[in-house]
Amino acid sequence: MEDAIRLVGITKTFGEIRANRDISLTIRRGEILSLLGENGSGKTTLMNILSGIYFPDAGQVFVGGREVTIASPKDAFDLGIGMIHQHFKLVDVFTAAENIILGLPGERRGRLDMKAVEEKVRRICDRYGFDIEPDQKVYEMTVSQKQTLEIVKVLYRGADILILDEPTAVLTPQETEKLFAVMREMKKDGRAVVIITHKLHEVLSVSDRVSILRKGEYIGTVDTKDATELSLTEMMVGKKVTLDIERPEPENRVKRIEVKNLNVMGPEGVPVLKDISFEAYGGEILGIAGISGCGQKELLEAVAGLTIPMAGSSVEYFPPDADKPEQLVGRSPREIKDMGVHLSFVPEDRLGMGLVASMGMADNMMLKSYEKGSSFFIEKKAPRELAEAVKDELAVVTPSVGYPVRRLSGGNVQKVLVGREIAAAPSVLMTAYAVRGLDIGTSYQIYHLLNEQKKKGVAVIYVGEDLDVLIDLCDRILVLCAGQVTGIVDGREATKEGIGLLMTKIARTDDGHRHLGHADTTETTEGGAAHE
Amino acid sequence: MIPNLLAWLLRAIQFGTIIMFGSMGEILTEKSGNLNLGVPGIMYLGSFAGFASAYLYENHAENPVPFLCVVIALLCGFLASALGGLIYSFLTITLRANQNVTGLALTTFGMGVANFFGGYLLKGEVYTAAPVSNAAFSAKIPFLSDHLGLFGDAVFSYGFLAYTAILLAILLHVFLNKTRTGLNLRAVGENPATADAAGINVTKYKYLATVIGAGISGIGGLYYVLDYNNGIWATTGQVEALGWLAVALVIFTTWYPLNAIWGAYLFGMLYWLYNFLPKLIGITNIDRTSSLWQMIPYIVTILVLVGVSLRRKRESQPPASLGLAYFREER
Repeated sequence: MEDAIRLVGITKTFGEIRANRDISLTIRRGEILSLLGENGSGKTTLMNILSGIYFPDAGQVFVGGREVTIASPKDAFDLGIGMIHQHFKLVDVFTAAENIILGLPGERRGRLDMKAVEEKVRRICDRYGFDIEPDQKVYEMTVSQKQTLEIVKVLYRGADILILDEPTAVLTPQETEKLFAVMREMKKDGRAVVIITHKLHEVLSVSDRVSILRKGEYIGTVDTKDATELSLTEMMVGKKVTLDIERPEPENRVKRIEVKNLNVMGPEGVPVLKDISFEAYGGEILGIAGISGCGQKELLEAVAGLTIPMAGSSVEYFPPDADKPEQLVGRSPREIKDMGVHLSFVPEDRLGMGLVASMGMADNMMLKSYEKGSSFFIEKKAPRELAEAVKDELAVVTPSVGYPVRRLSGGNVQKVLVGREIAAAPSVLMTAYAVRGLDIGTSYQIYHLLNEQKKKGVAVIYVGEDLDVLIDLCDRILVLCAGQVTGIVDGREATKEGIGLLMTKIARTDDGHRHLGHADTTETTEGGAAHE
Repeated sequence: MIPNLLAWLLRAIQFGTIIMFGSMGEILTEKSGNLNLGVPGIMYLGSFAGFASAYLYENHAENPVPFLCVVIALLCGFLASALGGLIYSFLTITLRANQNVTGLALTTFGMGVANFFGGYLLKGEVYTAAPVSNAAFSAKIPFLSDHLGLFGDAVFSYGFLAYTAILLAILLHVFLNKTRTGLNLRAVGENPATADAAGINVTKYKYLATVIGAGISGIGGLYYVLDYNNGIWATTGQVEALGWLAVALVIFTTWYPLNAIWGAYLFGMLYWLYNFLPKLIGITNIDRTSSLWQMIPYIVTILVLVGVSLRRKRESQPPASLGLAYFREER
């Protein structure tokens, strides 16, 4: 097979962080190459160098055997390299067609001939079976449509080397399958396709070869047919790993939270939580499962005091140092937090909510304790020590605790976010999507942290997306469906199928077909994600 | 009644022309994502350079040619303001300085430069004039303006820049919405990272839009001295207030140049309301309340902002990355 791109000795540093160190790699035509590595291993940086976003500090790039300099995205286009970024590069207020032709020279002296453009877009869509309306505005599109649009954009520009950066992170299993079909189609057309991912089962199902990076260094390339999940994980992490999650037996179970008849009205006047009742105990992990958007976030927010429940709702908290319970409904979020009920929510936009991107770890620690301290001046020492502790314990990769968190990789940012909540020594710790977007190694560190908290007698409430993890990690699992509790099952006895049924139980009675489809979706997703 | 109304309209359209130039330049600038709050300063630069060049030419030439007055004033006014835009661009695009601070500094700078060098022209007087240039700039359209009665008075009795402003608004509209370059420019203002990844030279677009935009804004200042203010350069700081109104007008138009046409005239009507409306409805003593009347354009702008925010229409929002510096290798 013909070499499309050859990278030799690529090095790139950001400040004091070495994102890529002396990487050499070959990408071939008519083949799908997986670029595998943990968060912060430099996959995206390397591909950004190919697409002209970053310029390497050292190293050579050969395209079609000729040495080239890619100084800008335009250079990359001219060489036929097209990248589909993890964070979509689309202008929201533009239509699909306008986004596609952005930056391209016109056929007729600068005038915009949208008709011709839309015609060409439709042709590409027909070729690969894409479902895109050229005159639809991007802000009206679903995530999957946006991604499709990104692919059409790259194809429109005639790219024959396609790089997809974690394309499946936001897709449902069906959409993922469709994407893979498209990728195979492109492969057949003789294009070179690179997919960046850390989902092993996807690597195994779609790619021909796998190249592995670890901490900015190139580890090696193997043929997919010779690889197994375990062998790839070992190359990725650099040591033997077991893909099992420990679950210590709960000790000294004490009631910490008792929720009774919790009702919450959503912004559109539709109830988002209906008659929720459950208990959470210290020394155990209570998992919350459900199709996304079934009230998980609202439930945690109601307990944390961020949303105001309807009259008649009761959330009682049993503090470790007092005998009688405290009613949480009606209290401010800060009062609830001061009582020891902590919420660590990992939003999709990690830097947008929860952390100040341009501040260092120490200053971000301080955000949660700014009201403490009696002096007029800021107490700097305690947060810095706390930050140092979090850094050491969670192995956060950063040059110093004063280093802006926006320059850290996603996984490290998340560790800071979760670590800060844990560091406050809560008696109830609620986490939502704590491992969202994290790689295997880091995810396991987070699971370990939660188990540590459980052993300390903390009542942990864990909202997760991955059913296998929930079953392996949690002592009990509460299943939400359309804002109602459809069951609370024992984690040791639960099966994925059983939980899957509960997740769609209510919906099934009023609209069987649609939600049945959902049930399948969830099970496949979780089944797939299990290997992470 | 009618003459009064007509006088109001004439004043409003002339006034509107000043801020229409100012805001069209700023729309072009803001479409590239640069929030240039230096508009008042830039309009000051434009008015001073335009006036000074015309004044010097008039006073040094034996027989000043009106046409040359116009060309020299326009050229100098445009270039001086564009230079202001260039300073702003260098600071905010190349050095990535904070846009708000830079803009405000530019406003102070422009006023300072204009008043400092203006002092040399004034030679101790309170005001000085460039009558030939004024005549050239404010020449009415011959024939049409005095043979069509009231209609001619209302439509054809302005200097050529008033019509140029309308034409420019239409051209700007076509450029932004119907050409590839315009589309690319809007993309730069909305999402520079996207534009960059699409192969658009973000830096070049930002520079050009800001520099040309500043030049256009400056023409507003020039029109103010050489036409609206009858060719008189004075020590008062009127241009600054006009500059801020131009910025307000940008928001009022929701970044659509075509809205700038009627919006500017509406602002003109509102601005001169204090002088004409009380008379029209029979109030005579308005001296104490004139400041209150003059607040009206600003209040209208606030109301428009409230309205636009409430409607939450995506297309009426400011360019998404307005005010933000762009650095490709930012993580």
